[in-house]
Amino acid sequence: MSDTLVLSHPSLDDPKVFSVHQEQTGIDEEWFKSAQQEAWNRYTELPYPVRTNEKWRFANIKHFTNTGSYRTAAQADEDTAHLVEESHRLDKVAGRIILADDALAAPVELDEDLRKKGVIFTTLFEAIREHPDLVKEYFMKQSPDLGSEKFEALHLALLRNGVFLYVPDNLEIEAPFMAYNWAVADKAALFPHTLFVTGTNAKASLVEFQEAAHEETEHFIIANAHLFAGDGAKPSHTIVQNWNANTLSFQLNTNNAQRDTNSKSTLINVGSSHARQEVHGKIFGSGSNVEMYALNVPTGSQEIDQRTLQTHIAPNSRSDLLFKNALIDQSRTIFSGLIIVEENAQQTDAYQTNNNLMLSEKAEANSLPGLEIKANDVKCSHGATTGNMDDAELFYFLARGIPKKKAIELMVFGYFEEIIGKLDNEQLADYVRELVQHKFTD
Amino acid sequence: MSTTPDINVERDVGDFHYETDYEFDAGVGLNEKTIDYIVDVKGEDDWVREFRKKALKVFQDKPNPTHWASKDIENINYEKIRYYLSKGQRPSRSWDEVPDDVKETFERLGIPEKERAFLAGVEAQFDSEASYSNMKEELAKEGVIFVGSTEGLKEHPEIFKKFFGKVIPTGDNKFSALNSAVFSGGSFIYVPPGVKVKQPLQAYFRINAENFGQFERTLIIADEGAEVTYMEGCTAPKFETTTLHSAVVELVALKGAKIQYITVQNWSANVFNMVTKRGLAMDDAEIKWIDCNIGSRLTMKYPGVIMRGPGARGEVLSIALAHDGQHQDTGSKMIHAADNTTSNIISKSISIGEGRSTYRGVVSIPRQLKGCKNNTECDALLINTNSRTDTYPAITVKGNQSTVQHEASVSKVSAEQIFYMMQRGLPEGDAMSLAVNGFVNDLIREFPMEYSVELKRLIDLEMEGSVG
Repeated sequence: MSDTLVLSHPSLDDPKVFSVHQEQTGIDEEWFKSAQQEAWNRYTELPYPVRTNEKWRFANIKHFTNTGSYRTAAQADEDTAHLVEESHRLDKVAGRIILADDALAAPVELDEDLRKKGVIFTTLFEAIREHPDLVKEYFMKQSPDLGSEKFEALHLALLRNGVFLYVPDNLEIEAPFMAYNWAVADKAALFPHTLFVTGTNAKASLVEFQEAAHEETEHFIIANAHLFAGDGAKPSHTIVQNWNANTLSFQLNTNNAQRDTNSKSTLINVGSSHARQEVHGKIFGSGSNVEMYALNVPTGSQEIDQRTLQTHIAPNSRSDLLFKNALIDQSRTIFSGLIIVEENAQQTDAYQTNNNLMLSEKAEANSLPGLEIKANDVKCSHGATTGNMDDAELFYFLARGIPKKKAIELMVFGYFEEIIGKLDNEQLADYVRELVQHKFTD
Repeated sequence: MSTTPDINVERDVGDFHYETDYEFDAGVGLNEKTIDYIVDVKGEDDWVREFRKKALKVFQDKPNPTHWASKDIENINYEKIRYYLSKGQRPSRSWDEVPDDVKETFERLGIPEKERAFLAGVEAQFDSEASYSNMKEELAKEGVIFVGSTEGLKEHPEIFKKFFGKVIPTGDNKFSALNSAVFSGGSFIYVPPGVKVKQPLQAYFRINAENFGQFERTLIIADEGAEVTYMEGCTAPKFETTTLHSAVVELVALKGAKIQYITVQNWSANVFNMVTKRGLAMDDAEIKWIDCNIGSRLTMKYPGVIMRGPGARGEVLSIALAHDGQHQDTGSKMIHAADNTTSNIISKSISIGEGRSTYRGVVSIPRQLKGCKNNTECDALLINTNSRTDTYPAITVKGNQSTVQHEASVSKVSAEQIFYMMQRGLPEGDAMSLAVNGFVNDLIREFPMEYSVELKRLIDLEMEGSVG
C-alpha cells in the first residue's frame, strides 16, 4: 500500500484522522463543519461504555472498542459498476440512491413526476447545500439515548454522505424509495446516514439495503437513521442489514411521530458479526400509532444486541413493538426494550414483545423487556418468550412424512411470517423470505 | 430472668453513648472496633470475628449500586447508624421470663395469646437479640433446632457452619457484606431428615431505637425430605430520622425437602430495607418465597432460588404496595443450575399516590440444560394519576431444551367497576379497596389464613384517603 493512500485514508486511531476528514468532505457550510468539530470533541472526551452500564448489560463491548485500525474515507479503488447492477432488489420504485463506501456510485434516480410535486430525494450533502434550512431543522435533532453516545458522536464527526428523503404535505406515494449502502474496501469505517421526513398527511416508504461487495473484507460501520413523521403522516422505513460476516455494525435510529401518524419501522438482520442496534420511538403527538418490528436470524457466532425505547410523551397514542429472533448455532442475542409513559401520556396503549426461538443447544438469548409507567390510565403490557419449537406442531409435520429439517424450516417461516407480513411490498417480502431461507441452507 | 454476661470490653474506647437504657450499645458508626465490640459482647468464636472483619472490608470497598438502583440509597448515612444494641438478655426460655415492657410491645403488635399456643414456636425479636424463644417440646424431641444466630453458631457449629454464608456469600452485594459484618439476631433452624414441621415457625421483628439498623441473619436448613414453613412479620414505630434494615436470609433445602418462607414487611416509612434472600434447592427440593411489602421508604429485595439439583423447584409470590414517598423495588432471581428445574414468579404491585413500585428480576438458564421451565407474571395496578410503576426483567437462556415465558401488564382500576359498586351504595373509598383486594386476591389466597386476614386489613388501611 502506498504512502499517499495511508495519508488520505487515516485509521481511526490516527490523531490526524479528523483534520484529514475535514479537508476531504468538501462541505463549506459553517454550521455543519462546527457540528462535526463539536461531535469530534465529544467523541474524544466520552469514555467507552462499560459492562456495569445497564445499557450495555450482557453486551460484548470489547468488539466495538477495539476499532482503531479501521480507516475512514477509504474509498473503493475498484469498479463499482457491478454493484450498481446488483442494486435492483425491487422493480417498481420511486427513486434510488446507491452509495459505495459512503460515496455515490451512480447518479441519483427520482421519478420525474414526484420531483415536480416537491419530493426531495438526494444525498445528504447535496441536501445540505440545496436545502440547508430543511436539513438543519431535523439533522441530528434526536438521539436514541440508549448508550452509544460515543459512537453516535463518531458517526456525526466523520460522516461523509447519506440519504435525504423529504415528502411534502398531502402527497401519498405507493412505490418505495430505495437506498443501497455497499461496503467495499477492506478495513473501511463507514458512517451511513439516513434522514427521512414526511410532511402533514404524507405517505411514503423507504427501503434500505446494507450489503458488502465481498465476503472476506472487514468493516466497521456506524449507521444512523432518523424518521420524522408530520401530523397525519404514514411513513414506513425498512432496513435490510446484510453486511458480511466480518462486519461490526451499529444502527442508531429514532422514529419521531407527531399527531395522528401511522409510522412503521422494520429491521431485518441477517448480516454482521456483531450488530448493535438502538431504536427510539418517540411519540410527541396524540392519536398516533407507532410500530417497530425486527426479524433476526443470527447464525454461526453472530451476535445481535438490540436496545429499544418507546417513549410516550403525548396522551392517547399507541405503540407496538415486536422483535422476533430465531437463533442458530452458537449465536447470541440481546433484546433490551423499555416502554416509558410520561406523566401526561394518559390513555396510552403500549405493547412490547420479544420472542426467541432457540434452534441450537449452544445459542444464547438474553431478554430484558422493561416498563416505566408514570401515568395511571394506560394499557401497557410486555411479553417475552424463549423456547424451542412446539413439540406437538413438530409431531404433526413428522406424522405427515415431512422430514424434520424441512419441518423446522417451515415452522420458522411460520414464525417469521408475523413480521414479514407487515412489509407492505410483496417483492420485498419474498426477498426477505429468501434471505431467511439462505441462512438455513448455509 | 435476664442476666448480664460477664464481658470484658474497654468502654472508654469509641464514642459510645449510654443515655438510652439499652444495656449494650456499640455506638454510632462502623469500624473494626464496632465489630470487636459485637463479638466480645456476644462471646463469639474467633472464626466469626474473622468472618465479620473480612465482610467489613468488602462492605467498605463496594460502591452503592446506583448505576442501576435508586439514587435514594445515597441518602443512607452509614456513620449515623447504631450497628449493635441489645437488652443484654440471653434468649428467654419461657414467656414468663420476658420483661413486661417487651410483652406489651408484642401485645400491641397483636399476637393473640391463643395464637401463641397455636403456633409451634415463637421467636420474637426485640431489637437485636431474641427476647423470647419458645418451642414446643414435641418439636425439640423431633430434633428440630430453632435458635438465634449467635446461639446457632456457638452451640451447633457442626450443623450451621457448613452453609452459613454459602448461599449468599459476603461479597454478593454491599448490603450482604454489611450484614455479614454486623449481624445479630435472626433465626437459625435445622429440620432433621424426614421431619415435617406441621405448624409454621414464626418470628416477629421490631425496630425500636432511633437510627438503629437491624441486621438479622437467618439460616434455615431442611434436611432430606424435611418440610418447614417460616413466617416473618415486621412492624416498626415511626422515627424522625432514617433507619436501615439489612437482613440476610439463607435457605437450604436438601434432597426432596420443602421450605416455605413467608414475609409481611410493614416497616415505618423512614426505613431503608435492603434485604438479601436466597435459597439453595437440591434434587427435587422446593423453595417457595411468599413476600409481601407494604412499609418502608425504600425496599430492595429480590428473593431468589438457586436450583442446584435436578427436579428442583423455585417459586416467588410477591405483593408490593407503594404509598406516597415509598419505593418498593422488589423482584426475584431464579438461577437454573440443573436439568428439569422449574420456577414460577408471580408479582403484583399497587402504586398509590406518588408511590413507586418496581419489579426487577433475573431468570437465568446459563448452561445447556434440559427441560427447564420458568413462568413469570408481573401485574401492576396504578391508583392515582401520578402513581408510578417499572418492570425490569432480565432473562438469559442458553440452548434449545428449555422454555421461559414472561408477561407483564399495567392497568388501573376500571371506572366501570367503581361505578358498579357505588351504584349499589358503597362509598368510593370502599369500592376502591374492594377492587384492589380483588386484584391481589388470587395471591393472598396462597398465604396462610392469619396472614391473609392481616394483609386484607393492611390494604384497606393503606387505601384510606387515596381516592378523591
